[in-house]
This record gives sequence, structure tokens and C-alpha cells, in this order.
Amino acid sequence: MSADKSGGPLARILTPSRASALRTSGTTVASSLGAIAIALTICAILLAVTGKNPIDAYSTIIETGASGNKLLEMMRRATPLIFSATAVAIGFKMNIFNIGVEGQYLFAALIAAEAGSHLALPGVIHIPVILAVAMIAGAAWASIAALLKVFKNVHEVISTIMLNYIALSVIQWLFENFFRDDSGGGLNVKTTLLPESAHMPDLVDGRLNAMFIVALVTVAIFWVVVYRSRFGFRLRASGFNATAAATAGIDARRMTIIALLLSGAVAGLVAMQSVTGEAFAYGPNATPIQFGFAGITVALLGRNHPVGIVVAALLFGFLDSTSAELQLAAVPNSIVKVMQAIIVLTVVIVNEATIRRMNIRTAERARNELAAGGAA
Amino acid sequence: MSSTTAEATNTSSSKQTMGRGRRVALIGITMLVLMSVTRVWSGYDDLTSSGTVGAALRLTVPILLAGLAGLWAERVGILNIGIEGMMILGTWFGAFGAWKWGPWVGLVLAVIGGMLGGVIHAVATIRFNIDQVISGVVMNLFAFFGVRYLSELLFVGQPQGGISQSPPQSSAIPRIDVPFLSGGPIGSWTTPDIFGWFEERHWFLLGDLAGVLKGLTSNLSLASLIAVLLVPISAWVLWRTAFGLRLRSSGEAPEAAESLGVNVIKVRYIGLLISGGFAGLGGGFLSIVSSSYYRQGQTAGRGFIGLATMIFGNWRPSGVLGGAAVFGYSEGLKLVAGGSITGLFLFIALVSALVLIITLSAPVMRRLVTTAVIGVLAFLAYLTVDEVPESLTQSLPYVVTLVVLATASQRLRPPARAGVPYRPGGAH
Repeated sequence: MSADKSGGPLARILTPSRASALRTSGTTVASSLGAIAIALTICAILLAVTGKNPIDAYSTIIETGASGNKLLEMMRRATPLIFSATAVAIGFKMNIFNIGVEGQYLFAALIAAEAGSHLALPGVIHIPVILAVAMIAGAAWASIAALLKVFKNVHEVISTIMLNYIALSVIQWLFENFFRDDSGGGLNVKTTLLPESAHMPDLVDGRLNAMFIVALVTVAIFWVVVYRSRFGFRLRASGFNATAAATAGIDARRMTIIALLLSGAVAGLVAMQSVTGEAFAYGPNATPIQFGFAGITVALLGRNHPVGIVVAALLFGFLDSTSAELQLAAVPNSIVKVMQAIIVLTVVIVNEATIRRMNIRTAERARNELAAGGAA
Repeated sequence: MSSTTAEATNTSSSKQTMGRGRRVALIGITMLVLMSVTRVWSGYDDLTSSGTVGAALRLTVPILLAGLAGLWAERVGILNIGIEGMMILGTWFGAFGAWKWGPWVGLVLAVIGGMLGGVIHAVATIRFNIDQVISGVVMNLFAFFGVRYLSELLFVGQPQGGISQSPPQSSAIPRIDVPFLSGGPIGSWTTPDIFGWFEERHWFLLGDLAGVLKGLTSNLSLASLIAVLLVPISAWVLWRTAFGLRLRSSGEAPEAAESLGVNVIKVRYIGLLISGGFAGLGGGFLSIVSSSYYRQGQTAGRGFIGLATMIFGNWRPSGVLGGAAVFGYSEGLKLVAGGSITGLFLFIALVSALVLIITLSAPVMRRLVTTAVIGVLAFLAYLTVDEVPESLTQSLPYVVTLVVLATASQRLRPPARAGVPYRPGGAH
């Protein structure tokens, strides 16, 4: 690993020893599980206060999970969340909060669907081309925020949120005036349908398509690039402490631009499951929305770590998949989303408390060792 | 530290040449003159009509309250990205209260709903020290889905109510026309409508001034009046009282404040409670005054736009009011007379021309070129564009936010410790 060459003391901070890494991840898992338990308790209280029976709600969720037939749906629902959370996590690694995934992926979905419908290529090339167009479009939309941050010092939290709203306008304008295809008829208007060669291969009976595999590959690449490459080291170093990294020759502005472009590129893939595998087009009512914001919660829950993101996305995908059963059991299914928000908040709080306690303990241990050394 | 001294010298030097108030007044008058020229030249009478200005005021208020909410939070040292969520809580609780018990109770409940959000944000960031931006973002999601859950429990099945909408309210906050100025009645006698009379003449400058004033004094909701009054009240409390000094000191130098006996933690809780209350009131205004029911997505990013006005208002109440008015105006114009928006291109061209003339005396090459280019482009756009497509005018306030932030963010000074977690006894 090239980390030691470029960093020195920074490298020691960013790459802890194997033993301590193991201890840290053990504590992380334990504290996350504890936090989820606390969150479920809070939700139960919330349900009880609003006159719903929490035991009914939870037993419905557990029964649905135990029956096993939600496995595919869980994976299908997790797919866009994995992309979206990975996009957010790339930003976080550089200490950038990309709240604009929503606008980036919707813009990318429109452009990629339109571009894909005009191409006539064999399937082996057609699908990758569409995905590449989506990534470029997502990155292009994210680049506006990147340039504003680097050259005009506009905080990305505000600019990406504004760009979300602007994206909706631009998409509506492009769609209504140029890309809309009414030949399909009906109320559900879309862009021109993609040709057969652009259809994402199906994995299981039309219930899960190959985008799930692409998502897992993306997360794997994310892990290699961020944790095992020289570039990833520089990215994390710059995000960890831009001033210190600058003394090691790492240009924070350049890192900011690259991080936001990469984040936007991955964001571009969020709706591809729908565009290439389900709706075969972009449509205001056909393309799923709100995944950009959901991705933030998944990234936070997964602590921006590849494994954490996949686990968190599957968990949220599973919770989402139970909404129909909850509704049947007379529990308003929006409680699932409330539950997710509460889970994330408690996980973040518990993690923060755990880290502080660990730091205090480490300091104490060091103090004791020093005192013992002094006495001897 | 260096930025503090820069700010100090900056303000003192500008004080020598011209007072702040006088400078603001001068800018205001110049803008009105340019707007008047634009109106006469382009023929878009709606640019300064009382209808546009009245709508602008109604649209300004929620953004203003969101901006003040951000101001109160950041002045005590906490970033509040969760304003949007607190406003959502305000819209829901406000509509619920107004539907059940009338509009005034609704506004009070809206404030309480916002405060609830403030408390959650405070506990997360002050008690548990989690990242302030993260807490705010989660707050937004929590509020969005939380009120959806509550709607499902309480609004579904009611007449015209549903998961994304509340039943309509039967009564509204009273609106007034000011007597003599805008023809409001005294008893049964209808007083003369002086501003209205001048506005109808469409005289250069006088007609515009009358239009603006009539817009501000007619069909005026009492809730708008209260909201605008909160600007001087905020300024007075924050800058003229001992309590305000404590608030601001915990955002600028919490260790120093603590060493002088200020309970920074308590002060920050209070600041976030007030912040949440303001945001909630802004939400309540949307669901009680701007409309007569709660609707999902009603806030439409106004919490974030409010934050932007706080930034380019330089963390001052009067600046927030100015910024909010810019948004309110652009949105009001879009609403009342969407076609007049092309007139704004001419206005931008005129402003650029004026800025160009002023800066010619102190040439800064790059800024000169930029201004000239903007001016020429805006003028060309005015000549060539007949109508801006409806779907694009939707994004006007958000584009304005970005442009203003990109041009204004250089000379601003936020509270020194906004966004930095603080532990009591942290000073060494």
C-alpha cells in the first residue's frame, strides 16, 4: 500500500492497526444493534401514543420477514439505495455533504433514457453505454455544485439543495418540450421506450434485474478505490484535515471537484434499475423519486462503509417491503419511514457517544501506563 | 481573528463615509428608480403594481421567518439545516390547530410544532454532540414522514382531507386595508384610496412608489404584520439586551462566555427553541395565511432559501429581510404576472450599467468585464426572449439563491463558532 509514502503521521491516524480495527468494528456493530433496539422502542412508544398497537406492527414485520418471500423484493428495493448511499458516502469521505443526489439521479435518468432510445447497438454495448451516459449526466449536474464551492465558496449543502429544485424544473422543461413521447398513449407519458437491446438482463422471474449485481460491484469498487488506493488515501486525508493534507501536497480544491464528480456519477445510476429494467424509459410518474434523500439515511446508518451501506440498504429495503402487510394490519405504513429516520438518528447519536467513551478510555489507559512507567 | 479585525475596520470606515441606514435607503431609492425606468420602457405595469407587491409580501414572510430562524440558531453557534423540517411541522400543526380551533390557535400550535423540532435538534447536537448538519438533514426527513404518519391517522377520512392534505379551515386571520392610504373603512365610511389613485395614473416613479406602498398597506394580513415586526424585535433583543449579548457570545466565543459565567448550554437550548418557533411560525403562515389547508410539500424548500437569505443578509435581521424580499418579489411576480419576468432582464441590464458606471471610478478589471458581460447578456435576453417557459420560471427563486450566494459570499462574516460542537469546560 502506498499510503505510508505519502503521509507519515497522517497515515498512522488513517490506517489503524489490525487489532484496533477489529475492536472498533466489533464495537460499531454492537453499538449499532443497541441503537436499533432503542429506536424500535421509541417507535413502539410512538405507535402506542397514537393509538396503534406496536406488538401488531412488529409481529407483522417479523412474520413478513420470516415467511422469506420478501427476499427478492428486499434486494430489488435495496438496489437504488445502495447507489444513492454510495454516492453520499463518497462525498462524506472528502467531508462534503452531497444532498443533491436526488437532482443528479433524476437528471441522469432523463438524459440516459433519451440517449439510449436513439441508439441501435448490440446489448453487450448498449447497456454499458446507457449507464455511462447516466454517470456522465449525474457528474455534470454535480459539477455545478463543485464549481460553485471551489471558485465561489458556496457551501455545497445549500447549493446542492437548490440544484435539486432547479433540476426538477429543467427536467420538466426538457421533458415537456423535447423528450416527451405520446405515441404510447394513456396518461402515463414517458420518453421513447428503450429498444430490446437496452433491457437490463433479468435475474429472477422479472422480480430482480442485474442492476443489483452492478450495485454490489459499484460498492466493491468504492471500497477498493477509497480504502486501498493512493487516490482514496489522499481523498480521506484531505477530508480528514484539509490543512494537514495540503502540507503533504494534496490540493483540497482538486479533491473537492473529483469527489463531487464521482459522487454525481454514482448518483447517476440510482434510477437505472427502473429505466433499463422496469419502465424502459424516463417518465414523471414512472421514475421513482426520493431515493436521493433515502440514500443519505442509508449512508449514515452504514457509517459510510461499503459493508455497512449494503447491510443498511437491505434493512431499509426490507422495511419498505413490509408496507403493504402493515397497511393490511391497519398500521399506517408511513410509520416505516418514521422508523427509518429515528433509527438513523439514534444510531448516529449512539455512535457518537460510543466513540467519545472509547476515546476517554484510551486516554485513561495511556495515562495509567504513563503513571506506571513513571513509578518504575 | 483576522476576519474579526477586518470586519471591525470595514464597518468603521464605512461609518465614516455614510451610515448603514442611509446607505440602505440610497440603494432602495436607486432600485425603485431603475424599476420605474424598466416599467415605463418595457410596458410591464405589473412590475411595480400593488398586486405584485402584495403577493410579494405574502411570499416574503415565510422566507423571512425561516431566515430569522437560521439567524437565531447560528448566532448561538448551531447550524440549523433542519429549518425546512421545522417548517413542515409548523405547516402541519398549524393547519391542524386552525382546522379544529381557528387560525390564531393554529399559529400558536405551529410555533409549538416548530419548537418541538428545535428541541430534537438541540438534544441531538448540544446534549449528544452529533454533527449539526447531519442532525438537521435527519430532522427534515423525520418531519416530512412524521406529519405524513399523523395525516394518515387524523386527516384521512375527514371531508377533503387525506394523507397529503388537511381538511380546509373555515375561518382566516383578518386582513386590513389601511384607512386613507389604501381605502380601508372606518366604521361604515370608506376612506379615500390615496395610494390606489396615484397607482392608477402610472406616473413615472410616483405611480411605482404608490403601487409598492399600496401593496404593503392593502389586504394586509395581521399575521404578516406580526412577522415583519419580528425583524426589529430580533435585532433589538440580540444587539441591545444583556440576554442578546449572552446569546451572541455563545456563538462567537463560548469559552470566553463561559468564563464570564454564561451558561452556554442553556443559552444554546434557548436559541434553538426560538429558532424552531420562528420556523414553525413560518410554516404555520404557509398553511393558515397563504392557503387554508396543509398540503404535503407546501414548504417547497423555503427553509433552505431562508438559510440562504441569512447568509447573504450577513447574519443580521435587516439583511435577512432584504434577502427575503428579493425572493418574495421574484416569486410574487411569477405568480401574478409570469409574462413580466422578461422585464427583469431589462432591470438586470440597467443595474449592471449603473454598477459599471460606479466602478469605473475605481477600475477593477475583472469585475468590470463580468458586469459588462452580464449587462449585455441581460439586455440581449430582454430583446430576444418573448416569454420564459413556465417550467423554468418555477426555478427562479432557487437560481436567484445560487447567483446571489456566488456573488455575495466573499465579504460576509458568520458567527465565529457556528457549527463547531462545544463541551462545557473545554477551555484550556
